[in-house]
Amino acid sequence: MSEPPVSRGPAASDAGLTRSLLTGWGRTAATAARVLRPSTVEQVRDALQMVRAGGPAPSRGVAVRGLGRSYGDAAQSAGGTVVDLTGLDAVRDLQVREGDALLTCAAGASLHDLLRLLVPQGWFVPVTPGTRYVTVGGAIAADVHGKNHHRDGSFASHVESLSLLDGRGEAHLIGPQSDPEAFWATAGGMGLTGVIVEATLRLLPVQSSWMLVDTERAANLDDLLDRLSSRDHLYRYSVAWIDCLATGRSAGRGVITRGEHAPADALHGRATARAWAVPSGPLVSLPGPLPAGLLNRASVAAFNEAWFRKAPRHRAGELQPFPRFFHPLDGVGDWNAVYGRRGFLQYQFVVPIQREDTLREVLARLRGARVPSFLAVLKRFGPADPGPLSFPRPGWTLALDIPAGLPGLAGLLDECDLLVAEAGGAVYLAKDSRMRPELLSMMYPRLEEWKGTRDRLDPDRIFRTDLSRRLNL
Amino acid sequence: MIDALGAPQSVLVLGGTSEIATAVLDRFSAQRLRRVVLAGRDPAALQVIAQRFRSNGVAAVAVETFDAADTDTHESLLDRVWAGGDIDVALLAFGVLGDQRAAEADPGLAVDWARVNYLGGLSLGLGCARRLREQGHGVLVLLSSVAGERARRSNFVYGSAKAGLDALGQGLADALHGSGARVLVVRPGFVKDRMTRGLPIPPLSTTPAQVAEVVTAAIASGRGTVWAPPALRWVMLVLRHVPRALFRRLPI
Ligand SMILES: Cc1cc2nc3c(=O)[nH]c(=O)nc-3n(C[C@H](O)[C@H](O)[C@H](O)COP(=O)(O)OP(=O)(O)OC[C@H]3O[C@@H](n4cnc5c(N)ncnc54)[C@H](O)[C@@H]3O)c2cc1C
Ligand SMILES: NC(=O)c1ccc[n+]([C@@H]2O[C@H](COP(=O)([O-])OP(=O)(O)OC[C@H]3O[C@@H](n4cnc5c(N)ncnc54)[C@H](OP(=O)(O)O)[C@@H]3O)[C@@H](O)[C@H]2O)c1
Repeated sequence: MSEPPVSRGPAASDAGLTRSLLTGWGRTAATAARVLRPSTVEQVRDALQMVRAGGPAPSRGVAVRGLGRSYGDAAQSAGGTVVDLTGLDAVRDLQVREGDALLTCAAGASLHDLLRLLVPQGWFVPVTPGTRYVTVGGAIAADVHGKNHHRDGSFASHVESLSLLDGRGEAHLIGPQSDPEAFWATAGGMGLTGVIVEATLRLLPVQSSWMLVDTERAANLDDLLDRLSSRDHLYRYSVAWIDCLATGRSAGRGVITRGEHAPADALHGRATARAWAVPSGPLVSLPGPLPAGLLNRASVAAFNEAWFRKAPRHRAGELQPFPRFFHPLDGVGDWNAVYGRRGFLQYQFVVPIQREDTLREVLARLRGARVPSFLAVLKRFGPADPGPLSFPRPGWTLALDIPAGLPGLAGLLDECDLLVAEAGGAVYLAKDSRMRPELLSMMYPRLEEWKGTRDRLDPDRIFRTDLSRRLNL
Repeated sequence: MIDALGAPQSVLVLGGTSEIATAVLDRFSAQRLRRVVLAGRDPAALQVIAQRFRSNGVAAVAVETFDAADTDTHESLLDRVWAGGDIDVALLAFGVLGDQRAAEADPGLAVDWARVNYLGGLSLGLGCARRLREQGHGVLVLLSSVAGERARRSNFVYGSAKAGLDALGQGLADALHGSGARVLVVRPGFVKDRMTRGLPIPPLSTTPAQVAEVVTAAIASGRGTVWAPPALRWVMLVLRHVPRALFRRLPI
């Protein structure tokens, strides 16, 4: 089975020298780079060769970009070359054997396209982040996690093998068995070990496109942590939303949603006729950056309150279309413009299971600073995979969006970083746009090991991103 | 790189002993500053300031010697600076106020000061802008003055050069649009520091630390022109439109 490769833009060879301004999803710290959009692996190779051979600004390096859903500066490279991989999105092969399926696709394929293709055939991607508009390459490079991390681990744990063009232009077929060192440096390696051009993933069988969802409310943080600790293992998917602005006895109150893929015999009502429904594109879009001040503490607090009240105290077995369960924000295109011209950031960290004290303290500081944040996401991670730069590790992860223009934010987050690092936790690089480089080796103790492998794969350091410059990676 | 919240990691100061510039560096060194290049006339004075930032934890502080009036040397100066890596913020902080009456008596003096205030700014402003454009990111900060916004009897020689520098900044801002690099034009009023020592202190005077606060906030917010103190923006808006006959008699 295969899809014809689609070409949507100029190929590497005929792209000019004009530069484009790029940012991550948070729309902060724009920088300019020459963007190439190859549509074949050959063209990717040519682009790398051109950078190595001293084409325009070779010292500024080359960055790989997927759908730009990392929040900060991971997929841009000031003054350099950016290879946009979304033109390489063909599905090459789907092999089904005894209830198992292996999918081989180009790294620029999006989870959105894959789900549209796979779900009607009874397969699901093994891990999906909170948006399906990410590429397979981006999902591996950030080793993304989903609501099933406690049970299934992160994205790279489901990758059989991948094909990597390294910094010398050499192609490698690597996997957790063949060259695990290169594989695990690439998983979570933020695009700095080479270009992932193709990957083979193990899929999850499903009997419908629907989810069976249980919802419950938790009155405060203790209650929430208790419920997550004691019952997460009963579900494949689990996540909680915290109202960061609630205070007093309600501090840390939240709503837990957990679910499973609905088996065929669980469908009823309208779900029966639409057992294999898949989403199209976004339904609505924002007109552009909204005026600053629209999101203030009062409006956000009112939203959070209404949202908490709306959630059922307890509801079991609700049928939900999978996009509503996994990707609630994907229905609105470019929703990131809601934060206005200054943009926003997402602060996501993890602390070990026994360090609820740190989680509590960080939440208290955010609350104390009256950070106008919509709901924060809380999840309990399961075991880590072997990637030295991979973010998930056993513990609690919290993620929240914050407007970049909030006064005092830099100092507040620096304090939180310190608490997190001292507790043996980490900040997620795919979300970061501001952390202190000195903390990186504390948060990622195997940083030097990773650098060693990176130096083997990219001895001349042709892969450079604004993130790698900022964090001295 | 300048991060999402506006904190730079490497800063070049042209006019390294400037009190305003030092106050700006004080703020940055509490954030992410790793590399500073202090360029100025007096190596000994620059070393004293360099030492202060080293002990504040800035990893790499270098000193370069240059004269703003000696435009022939500017390109090689900037080449040396950029050879050490990207510059996130280039701050043009040199300037001479000069004695207005002395300049009126001796135009040669006025020309000497304009060499620093305008020609030096032109040469280094263009040089920095080109390099920021190439690197695809960064902010060029020009210390203009309200003196350039409306010429005043008491300091129009200085004001005329600042008007030229300000126009350079506005033009460069457009030239760099879309390049990833930007320009910030700062228009302080009367700043109580060594440049104005001994002069009578007018209303709305400010301090180097307050100017620094305005500068760092503008780098974070991405604004292109700012006044220090900010209220001067509205004062100047009015003053620009006051009829000349009246303006002449204002006690400013
Ligand atoms: C609304 C929203 C919700 C999210 N929810 C989650 C979540 O639940 N869990 C989670 O883990 N993440 C989440 N994310 C983050 C997102 O999943 C990651 O940032 C992911 O990497 C984005 O993929 P992308 O294709 O957009 O990659 P980009 O953002 O374009 O790139 C990300 C990194 O991957 C590298 N890269 C991209 N493609 C390749 C390639 N082919 N070869 C080598 N390197 C490559 C880039 O250089 C860069 O360092 C969310 C993001 C958004 C906007
Ligand atoms: N102070 C105010 O009221 C005020 C108001 C508006 C604008 N400004 C502007 O703000 C900037 C900084 O001034 P400041 O207030 O910080 O005063 P400052 O401390 O006196 O700084 C002036 C700087 O200019 C340098 N300089 C003078 N001539 C030079 C030359 N030929 N070559 C190289 N450097 C030279 C000085 O170096 P040396 O140490 O070697 O002399 C000093 O570092 C100036 O551009 C000034 O015009 C100041």
